[in-house]
Amino acid sequence: MVLVLAIGDLHVPYRAPDLPAKFKSMLVPGKIQHIICTGNLCIKEVHDYLKNLCPSLHITRGEYDEDAQYPETKTLTIGQFKLGLCHGHQVVPWGDLDSLAMLQRQLDVDILVTGHTHQFKAYKHEAGVVINPGSATGAYSSITYDVNPSFVLMDIDGLRVVVYVYELIDGEVKVDKIDFKKTGTATSHSAH
Amino acid sequence: MMIADGIEDEEKWLAEGIAGIQHNAFYLHRAVESNNLREALKYSAQLLSELRTSRLSPHKYYELYMRAFDELRRLEMFFKDEDRHGCSVVDLYELVQHAGNVLPRLYLLCTVGSVYIKSKEAPAKDVLKDLVEMCRSVQHPIRGLFLRSYLAQISRDKLPDIGSEYEGDGDTVMDAVDFVLQNFTEMNKLWVRMQHQGPIRVKEKLDKERSKLRDLVGKNLHVLSQVEGVDLEIYKDTVLPRVLEQVVNCKDELAQYYLMDCIIQVFPDEYHLQTLETLLGAFPQLQPAVDIKTVLSQLMDRLSNYAASSAEVLPEFLQVEAFAKLSNAIGKVIEAQVEMPVVGAISLYVSLLTFALRVHSDRLDYVDQVLGACVKKLSGSPKLEDNKATKQVVALLTAPLEKYNDIDTALTLSNYPRVMDHLDAGTNKIMAMVLIQSIMKYNTCVSTAEKVDVLFELIKGLIKDIDGTLADELDEEDFKEEQNSVARLVHMLYNDDPEEMLQIICTVRKHIMAGGPKRLPFTVPPLVFSALKLVRRLQGLDGEVAGEEVPATPRKIFQLLNQIIEALSNVPSPELALRLYLQCAEAANDCDLEPVAYEFFTQAFVLYEEEVADSKAQVTSIHLIIGTLQRMNAFGVENRDTLTHKATGYSAKLLKKPDQCRAVYACSHLFWVDDQDGIKDGERVLLCLKRSLRIANAAQQMANVTRGTGGPVTLFVEILNKYLYFFEKGNPQITSAAIQGLIELIKTEMQSDTATPDPASDAFFACTLRYIEFQKQKGGAMGEKYDSIRI
Repeated sequence: MVLVLAIGDLHVPYRAPDLPAKFKSMLVPGKIQHIICTGNLCIKEVHDYLKNLCPSLHITRGEYDEDAQYPETKTLTIGQFKLGLCHGHQVVPWGDLDSLAMLQRQLDVDILVTGHTHQFKAYKHEAGVVINPGSATGAYSSITYDVNPSFVLMDIDGLRVVVYVYELIDGEVKVDKIDFKKTGTATSHSAH
Repeated sequence: MMIADGIEDEEKWLAEGIAGIQHNAFYLHRAVESNNLREALKYSAQLLSELRTSRLSPHKYYELYMRAFDELRRLEMFFKDEDRHGCSVVDLYELVQHAGNVLPRLYLLCTVGSVYIKSKEAPAKDVLKDLVEMCRSVQHPIRGLFLRSYLAQISRDKLPDIGSEYEGDGDTVMDAVDFVLQNFTEMNKLWVRMQHQGPIRVKEKLDKERSKLRDLVGKNLHVLSQVEGVDLEIYKDTVLPRVLEQVVNCKDELAQYYLMDCIIQVFPDEYHLQTLETLLGAFPQLQPAVDIKTVLSQLMDRLSNYAASSAEVLPEFLQVEAFAKLSNAIGKVIEAQVEMPVVGAISLYVSLLTFALRVHSDRLDYVDQVLGACVKKLSGSPKLEDNKATKQVVALLTAPLEKYNDIDTALTLSNYPRVMDHLDAGTNKIMAMVLIQSIMKYNTCVSTAEKVDVLFELIKGLIKDIDGTLADELDEEDFKEEQNSVARLVHMLYNDDPEEMLQIICTVRKHIMAGGPKRLPFTVPPLVFSALKLVRRLQGLDGEVAGEEVPATPRKIFQLLNQIIEALSNVPSPELALRLYLQCAEAANDCDLEPVAYEFFTQAFVLYEEEVADSKAQVTSIHLIIGTLQRMNAFGVENRDTLTHKATGYSAKLLKKPDQCRAVYACSHLFWVDDQDGIKDGERVLLCLKRSLRIANAAQQMANVTRGTGGPVTLFVEILNKYLYFFEKGNPQITSAAIQGLIELIKTEMQSDTATPDPASDAFFACTLRYIEFQKQKGGAMGEKYDSIRI
């Protein structure tokens, strides 16, 4: 059982002052094995905060990130799964699922994690799963109206990954989960 | 060497004294056992003569005294037992006065006096009066002090208090009070005079020794506080005035400090409240060296706690006008003690402020008053350089923030900014950070333009360079932290009412524009997004109400945004400005303001053309432009054409061929928007894809020529995927033959001699083929489409 936090588009401090207090109290060091971050933190303070949560921190570059050294894309293997990470502003049209599928094929990964639209998404297609953890601070987006703060926690266990999405709606944290199973080359899913 | 000798000598003398006492004690015990009064008196007098020494320091004298004291206790028991010695107490009282020397005589007299009072053969008050007067004969400071201490000791339980067995007729409580007060007064005089006599000459040592004896004097006050009959009236009319008289008149700083503190600790808080004026009136009369502020702080702390103990006492505070009195007293003290350093005055105000916050937390005018007094003091002094003083001022300014958890309150205090003005630039910034942190911590929202104005004035040390301090001098990390804090602050400024919100935005803009090129990259973005959020809010509302001039419209806000972003040209920050212009373009599009959106695009393009030189930055920027443009639906054909033409043109002109290729095929999406009104120009899509294919070919040839091996086929696979994308969307210009051709091309390239094996592109191609197979298997319309494609 490997816990992976997928988080991004915090846009601190240019679009949001900080992570919501309720999220901060949930995210404690020592519980998570990996953090994959879609980008647009934007400042070093946020980087340090995430690093403190978990030393295995993987970040890709968002167009507003202070640190220009983050890579455009990143791939890593966790257990039986290959994960791909990319902020998403590079993939036009923004948020287009078919275009993202192309990126997934290009990176040859089971799970593709991207951001930019600030809208949570988790869906399965032929090549695998695409996840968008949304914006952890509920930051303004030109693409999505009424952004609720959200992040994703993936529980990777053998050939199965359970995706938990945490969303802050009207001051309360709501959790939802989706199951994905990897069968040979393709993954199947069931939503709860 | 001399001192060491002195100490050795003292030890010797003390030992001698103790020996003397023990020697006489032996005979005294024998006399007592044989009920021989005459002998007992003789040896006890001799014993007590050891206390006549002048050679011991107070500390050593005390040891000697305690030995004598123990013997006197036993002697008293003997005196009491008339049957044993056959002498009536009245006669005994007269008899002991025949002792040769004064000191032993008086010790014996006090001892008998104790018995006398217990016997009740004379009123307690008479005996006590007699004794306290007689003790006057001993004027030596140390000897006299200990003698009177003995008197105090034996009289403690025999005062004619109300309800006591010694209560006589008439106003005996006053007699008790008089007795204690008189003893106290004389003891204090003796204690003060100690510094002029005795074996010790060095001041510090002397003070230390004197300090050890202070409780002997203070004990009297304690006794007074325990007297049942001393009610508020007696305290107010008699006790306090007389004690204060002695305190003031003795003119000794050690005594004054100790006794004022003693009064405050020993008597009840409600008494202090009711005698506040009298008590406070003493302070200006004390010696300049007395640490008044500590005593005053103690008093204010006690009163604060008293107020906190129960809500019922609060009206009392108001009734006696406690705050006003304390405030005046502090003012007088500061005025009187001209040499008091600034830090002392400020810490007094800190105590007063703490008092006001605890006792009168609803009276903001009191809080403001204290700050005002502080301003006055600071104005009269040179600019603060003392570290301790600045710390106190910061404490003063932080206290209201912590009490009220709400920045609004601090913002309404008219003297708050004036106090801050007196801080040096460095401390001003520290305080500004404290303010911001307070807002962030309590998640408060500053909701009017007026308050925002005041707030930004307060934190001006962060907003701009003041008084010649340059931003350059500051450590870069610190500077970033400061500016990021200001950026975060911008998000805490909010009002539901759009008009007010616009005013807030204008106010913030006014302040940050003075920040200079170093600060703008931090402060402009949050303001821009704040304004964009307002635009979005207004979108939801109806358009301009007919006939009314509504200041807050999206159009007006966009004009403002243009000006705000333009300021970044002074930094210069072209990449950031470009991104912000694109954000505005999208927002204008959503408001259906075509010319405004076009203008923002123009600005973005101009920046791209003229300022973005770095190739990597160009790649990102062009993709942002393409991505934004792709989403525009407000443009008419002409405008759209102009912009897409520019975008494709710049895409083809990027430095590296692969970048060109990718940007150009990204542009294909500009001609195909997948919603119902969207453009679907199949031909121009194909033109883009073909163009990107040509570029990919050129890249491949270049690689062959320059390196001898072919480049990776990735680009071709990417283009293939794009062909598939539009094929599926139903672009009639994309044929399965074209797709087939591409697949063959890729296979050929991969198998050629000059090919460089590349697992990534192999995998990519394999995934793509797998996808095609999957689509074929789907059946239905999609399956039919893919039918003719062979992999």
